[in-house]
Amino acid sequence: MANNYLDFEKPILDLENKIEELNQISTIEGRDVSEELRRLRKKLDQLRKNVYSNLTPWQKTLLARHAQRPNILDYVSLMMEEFYELHGDRTYGDDPAIITGLARLEGSPVAVVGHRKGKNTRENIERNFGMPAPEGYRKALRIMKLAEKFKIPVITFIDTPGAYPGIGAEERGQGEAIARNLYEMSCLKTPVVVVVSGEGGSGGALAIGVGDSILILENAVYSVISPESCSSILWRETSRAEDAARALKMTAQDLKELGVVDRILPEPVGGAHRNYEEMGATLKEALLEVLEDLRRIPPEQLVAKRLERFRKIGAC
Amino acid sequence: MTWFKKKKLKPAASEKKVVTSKGLWDKCKNCREIIYKKEIEKNFRVCPKCNYHFRITAEERIRIVADTESFREMDADLVSSDPIHFRDSRKYRDRLKEGEKRTGKKDALLCGDARIDGLPVILAVFDFAFMGGSMGSVVGEKIVRGMERALTRKMPFISFASSGGARMQEGIVSLMQMAKTSAAVARLGKAGVPFISVLTDPTFGGVTASFAMLGDVIIAEPRALIGFAGPRVIEQTIREKLPEGFQRAEFLLEHGMVDMIVERRELKNTLAGLVRMFGHEL
Repeated sequence: MANNYLDFEKPILDLENKIEELNQISTIEGRDVSEELRRLRKKLDQLRKNVYSNLTPWQKTLLARHAQRPNILDYVSLMMEEFYELHGDRTYGDDPAIITGLARLEGSPVAVVGHRKGKNTRENIERNFGMPAPEGYRKALRIMKLAEKFKIPVITFIDTPGAYPGIGAEERGQGEAIARNLYEMSCLKTPVVVVVSGEGGSGGALAIGVGDSILILENAVYSVISPESCSSILWRETSRAEDAARALKMTAQDLKELGVVDRILPEPVGGAHRNYEEMGATLKEALLEVLEDLRRIPPEQLVAKRLERFRKIGAC
Repeated sequence: MTWFKKKKLKPAASEKKVVTSKGLWDKCKNCREIIYKKEIEKNFRVCPKCNYHFRITAEERIRIVADTESFREMDADLVSSDPIHFRDSRKYRDRLKEGEKRTGKKDALLCGDARIDGLPVILAVFDFAFMGGSMGSVVGEKIVRGMERALTRKMPFISFASSGGARMQEGIVSLMQMAKTSAAVARLGKAGVPFISVLTDPTFGGVTASFAMLGDVIIAEPRALIGFAGPRVIEQTIREKLPEGFQRAEFLLEHGMVDMIVERRELKNTLAGLVRMFGHEL
C-alpha cells in the first residue's frame, strides 16, 4: 500500500506504521500498550486533519491525479444499476479513453460519459492515460445526442490530462471534435450534469464539460493548462509547477469563487480513493438532488439558462 | 572613485543618423530573398518570389479585406479585469501594457462593422502581436458581442483567426471563452446567420478547438500552420520528427478539415462571393 501515499503524506504513513508495529508487539509479547496506542491514534487523527485541511493547490493536483482515484466505471458501479456500455463514434473507431453508456440511477435512465484513466501502467497504455482522440469526443457527442432524443439526462465525468496531442489526432480533427461538442452541448435539450471528479485538463476536459450544473469534488482541479506546462512556458523552467498551480486558481475552492462550478462535494479524509463507498454515496446524493431540480425545467428553458450561464463568464 | 568614471559621451544628433537600407527592404522568411518593401505591400504582404504569406497586423488585414474606410470598431475600450490576479515571473497587467505599447490595442482582437464589396458584415480580426493573439475574457467577449450584433442585424460574421490559443494568464476564465464563443456560433447557426471562419498563420489550441473550427465555411491561407496541439508538444509526446507539411493549410485541406485555401489577393472576392451565395445581398 506504500505506493498509495504521496510525498506529503509521509508523516501519516510513518505514524500508521508505528501504530501497526506496536499492535504486533502487543500481540506477540502480550504487553499492554493500549494507553500508548490510544495516544498515537489521537495523534494520527490530528495529523491527518492538519495535513488534509491545509493542502496546497499543487498537493490537490497530486491527489486529483492519484492513480487509485475512483474513475467513471467505479462511480457507475458504486451508484448505478444495469449499465450498458456503448462503443464507437460510427465514423472512425472506439476510443478507450472515453467511456459512454446507459445506466439507471435510482431506477431512472441516465447517459454517462466520461474520461477513463488507467490505475496502473498496463491500463494506462490501454486507455492512453485518459487522453482522448477525436473519435472519443465524437463518441461522447453521439451518446449525448442519443440521450437528447430519448429525453434522458446526461452525467459527464471529467478526469483527463487533456486531449491527446498526436499526429493521428490532428489528422482527424482534434480541434473540430472539441469545438463541435461545445457547440452541440450548449444547446442539448436534456439536462446535463458535469462532475469534475479528478483532473480537468483544459479543452480536452471542457469538451464534455458544458452543462446545467457543474459539480466538483473537493480535491479535484480544473485548469486551462497543466501547472507543469504553464511553468515551462511562463517561468521557462519546469520546476515552478507548484507556483503555477497556485497562480492558475485551479482548485475546487478557487473555481467556486470564480463562479465556474456550482457546488463542491466533500471527499473522505485523505481523498476520494481512501473510501470509495463514502465518495460514491456523497456523489449519488448530490446527483439525485440536482437531477430532480433539472428535470422540472422545460428543455427550451434549460438551454436558455445554460447559454446564459456561459455567456456571463468573463463578461466585461 | 569618481575620477574613474568617464562621462558617457552622447552622440551628436548627426552621428545618430546612420544611413541604412533597413526599412526599405525586407527579407522573406521563407525563401530568404531580399525584396523591396513597397513591392511586398503592393502584393498584399505576400512574397512575390515564393508566395509566402507574411503575418500581418489586424489593421493590415482589415485594409486588405474591407472596403476603404468602411471598418467601424466596436468595444475598443474593453480591458481585461485580470480575473485571477495572475503573475508569473511578471505581472499579467504588465504584459497587457506591453501588448498595448507594441500594438496600440487594448487586447488581441479588433471587432466591428465593415463592408466587403459593398456588403455589410461584422469582422473580427486577431492580432498575433498582442500576447500571441491569445483568447482571454476580452477576446471572447468581443467575439460574442460581434456575433450577437450579427444575430440582431442578420449580418454575416467573418473572423480571421491568428492565435496561440486560450490565454494562460486568465486561467479557467479563458478556457470558458471556448464554450462561450462556441455557444454563440450555435445561436448564429439556429438563426441562419452565416459565419465564415478564416484561419491564418498560426491558429492553435483553444481557438482551433472552439469557434474557429465551427464556420459554415472554413477558409485557410496558403501554408498557414493550423492545429490543436502545437508541433513541439506533439514531438515531445510521440518522440518522433513530424512529417513535412504537417499542420499546414494544405495538410488540413487534404484531411477534410477546411473547405478551401485562398490566396490573400483573392480573399476579398471569395468572401464577397460566399456572402452573396448565402443570400446576404445588398
